[in-house]
Amino acid sequence: MQFNYITERPYRGLTEEQVYEHGAFFGMPNTMFDAQQASNDYNAYLDEAVLAEQVGFDGVALNEHHGNPFCLGSVLNVEAAVLARLTERVKIVLIGNPIPAHRNPLRLAEELAMIDLISKGRLVTGWVRGSGPEQFANNANPAFNREMFEEGHDVIIDAWTKPGPWRYEGKHFNYRMVNPWALPYQKPIPPAIIPGFLSRETAQWAVDKGYPYLGLGGPLAACADLTDFYADQYAARGLQAGPENFGHNMFVYVDETSERAQEIGRAAFTFGGGNGNFAKAQHTLPAGYNSPAAIKRLASVPQSGWLGVTKERLEEDTVDVKAVSMAEQKRRANVTFQNLQDNLQMVIGSPEEVTEKIKIVMRCLRPGMLFFMAPFGNASDEDRRRSIRLLGERVLPELRAEAARLDITDMFQRTPGTVALAPGQKRAPVVDHRAIAEFDASAEAA
Amino acid sequence: MNSIERVIDVGGVGLVTLEGGTGRPLLMLHDELGFPGWMRWNAALADGHRFVVPLQPGFGRTERVDWFTSVRDVASFYARMLRESGLGPVDVVGFSMGAWIAAEMASADPGLFGRMVLVAPLGVRPAQGEILDFLGLTMRRHVMATVSNRRAEEVALMYGGGISPEQFELFEAARAESSRLAWEPFMHDRSLAHRLGGVQGVDTLVVWGERDQVVPRGCAEAYAKAIPGARLETIPDAGHRPEIEDSDRFIALVSEFFAAGKSSDGKSFARAS
Repeated sequence: MQFNYITERPYRGLTEEQVYEHGAFFGMPNTMFDAQQASNDYNAYLDEAVLAEQVGFDGVALNEHHGNPFCLGSVLNVEAAVLARLTERVKIVLIGNPIPAHRNPLRLAEELAMIDLISKGRLVTGWVRGSGPEQFANNANPAFNREMFEEGHDVIIDAWTKPGPWRYEGKHFNYRMVNPWALPYQKPIPPAIIPGFLSRETAQWAVDKGYPYLGLGGPLAACADLTDFYADQYAARGLQAGPENFGHNMFVYVDETSERAQEIGRAAFTFGGGNGNFAKAQHTLPAGYNSPAAIKRLASVPQSGWLGVTKERLEEDTVDVKAVSMAEQKRRANVTFQNLQDNLQMVIGSPEEVTEKIKIVMRCLRPGMLFFMAPFGNASDEDRRRSIRLLGERVLPELRAEAARLDITDMFQRTPGTVALAPGQKRAPVVDHRAIAEFDASAEAA
Repeated sequence: MNSIERVIDVGGVGLVTLEGGTGRPLLMLHDELGFPGWMRWNAALADGHRFVVPLQPGFGRTERVDWFTSVRDVASFYARMLRESGLGPVDVVGFSMGAWIAAEMASADPGLFGRMVLVAPLGVRPAQGEILDFLGLTMRRHVMATVSNRRAEEVALMYGGGISPEQFELFEAARAESSRLAWEPFMHDRSLAHRLGGVQGVDTLVVWGERDQVVPRGCAEAYAKAIPGARLETIPDAGHRPEIEDSDRFIALVSEFFAAGKSSDGKSFARAS
C-alpha cells in the first residue's frame, strides 16, 4: 500500500474576513497578492514535500487550481519539476493536469516527459477535466470540456507512444508535426490515476482506459458504491479489480493531543468557509460542463448536486454574497467540519486517534493508495510540519502493518488489469460492506 | 394562436419547426435561451404572416448537430433549409443570437431575405461597453438579466414562479449550445461587420431596448452602420426583450416596417438578377 502527502498550498497572506467578504476564493482580486508572502509559501510547500519523503511517505501529490488563493498551484508541472530534482525516492503524483484548461496537450506531453526524465521515472500522472472555475480562468469552453479532455488525452498518449514525426488533425487540436524529443522515462507510459468526485462518468472513463480511480471524497457508503460500479465495469471486461485500482483522499491533521489537533484543524479547515467556499455557483457548473444525463439528475432531484452546488443554488435569483452573512458562512463551515469528521472524510486528532480512524477507512474501502490532504488556511509552518512528522513517525508504521494484514496491494506492487476473470466467473468483492455497515451503525448510535 | 409542429429534413437533420398564421412567410429565429412560446406580438403579426420558427438544433427539441461550432455553421444550415423548402426570399425577424444568425445568412446571401428585423442583435463587438458575460451567470440570473421592465404582463407569464425541471433542462441545453457556438470570441465574430457591408437590397430594421443589460447600444449601432440603408429604432422602457417588455411599441414598429415594405413587394421578393 502506498501513502501520499498532498496539500492545496494555500496562500497565507489573507485574513478570513477578506475571503468571507468576497464570498468565495475563486475570483478574489489579485490586488491582494503579495509576492513576498507567495514566495515564502511556495518554498515552504516544496520543503514540506521533502520532509514528507524524509519521514516515510511513498508519494507527494500535487493538484492545480487557477485564479484563487485557496491553491497556489496554478501550474503544477512547475512544482513537480522542482520536486523531481529535490526529492529522491517518492513518487510524484499529479492529480492532475486539467487537459482542457491547458489547451495544448502536446506541450503537456513534453512537460510531463521532462518531469519523468528528471525524476528518473517517479512520475504518476493524473488527468482531470478541471473544475468549473478552471474553465473560466483559462477561457476553455466548458461545453467542449469533455471532448477536449478525451481528445487531448489521446494526443498525449499518442505523442508518447507513436513514432514521430506525424501530423495530427482533430476537432479541438491540430499539430503539423508531433515529434516531441523528450519522451517519458517509464515505458510505455508513466502510470496514472484518475481523480473524481463520485462521478460515474469519470469512473467509467478510467475503466475504459485501464486507469486506477482516485476518490477525492464522499461518505464511505457512497465511495463504496462508486468502487463497486468501477469493479463491475472492470469485470464486464473480464478483469478483476483490486486495491491496485483504487485510491482514496482524506483531509488529515495530527497533533500531539486531540484538543490541540481539533483547535488547529478547525481554524485551518474552516478558514474562509473551507473548500465549500471554493467558488461561487455561477462558476462551479458552467453551462454544458455536465452531460445531459447529469443535468437530468440534477434537475429532477433538487437536493442532489456536485461540489455542493444544487439545482436550487443554480437557480438562485441573486448571487449577492453579502446576503449570506459572515457569521452564517462560518456556521456552515463549522457544521461541515463536524460532518466530515463524523463520516471519516476528515480525520483529526492525536496519532493514536487518527491511526484508528484511517484503519477503518482502509478496512472499508481497501484503497491501494491513500492521500492525506493537509489543512487549508493560515496554519503555520511549524504546525503543518509537526503534523507531517507525526504522520510519518507514529501513524504510517501502524498503517503499513494494517495494510499487510489486510493484504492491500498498490498499483506498483500489482499492475492494474493483470488479474483476469474466467468466463462466467463472478468478481470478488473490492470493498467491505459489512465493515461499512458496522461503522455507519456505530456512527448512528453515537 | 394555433401553431403546427413540423419536422423538416435538412441534410439529414430533423429540424423541428413551428408554423402559425397566414400570409407571407416570416422566418423567426429565436434567441440564445430558446423559443419562449407564442406571444402577443406573434398573434398581432400572424394576420398577414405565416410564421416559420425553427427550433435551433441542440436547444432541446431538435437534436444537436455535432459539426456546429459557430454561428456561421447554423446560418449555413438555415440557408439550406430556406433553399430546399422553396419558400423563396422571406422576411426574417431574429432575436439576439437569432438576429446574429440572420445577419450571417444575409451576409452570405442577401437574396435570402426581403426584409430583416434584428432585435437586440449579438454578433458584433461594440465600440464601447461589453456584451454581458451571461455564460458566467447562473441560469436564473441570466434569464432575469434579459428583462429590465418586469412590470410587463408577459414577463410574469414567461418567467414568473420557479423553473420546472423541463424548463431547467431546456435552458441548460440552450446555454450549452450557445457556449459551443460562441464562447470565444464571446458572442461576436470579428469579420461580421465588414461582411455586412455587402448586404444590398435587404430592408433592415434594428430594434434595441434602451435598458438592455445584455447587448450594449454599440452593437445595435454597429449593425445599423454596417448594413446599407439599415434603420435603428430604440424602445425606451425595454431591456433585451422589447417584444414582451413593451410589446405595443414593438408591434407598432415592426408592423409599420412590414407594411411599408408591402408596397415594394416586387422589389423585396425578386432576387437581384
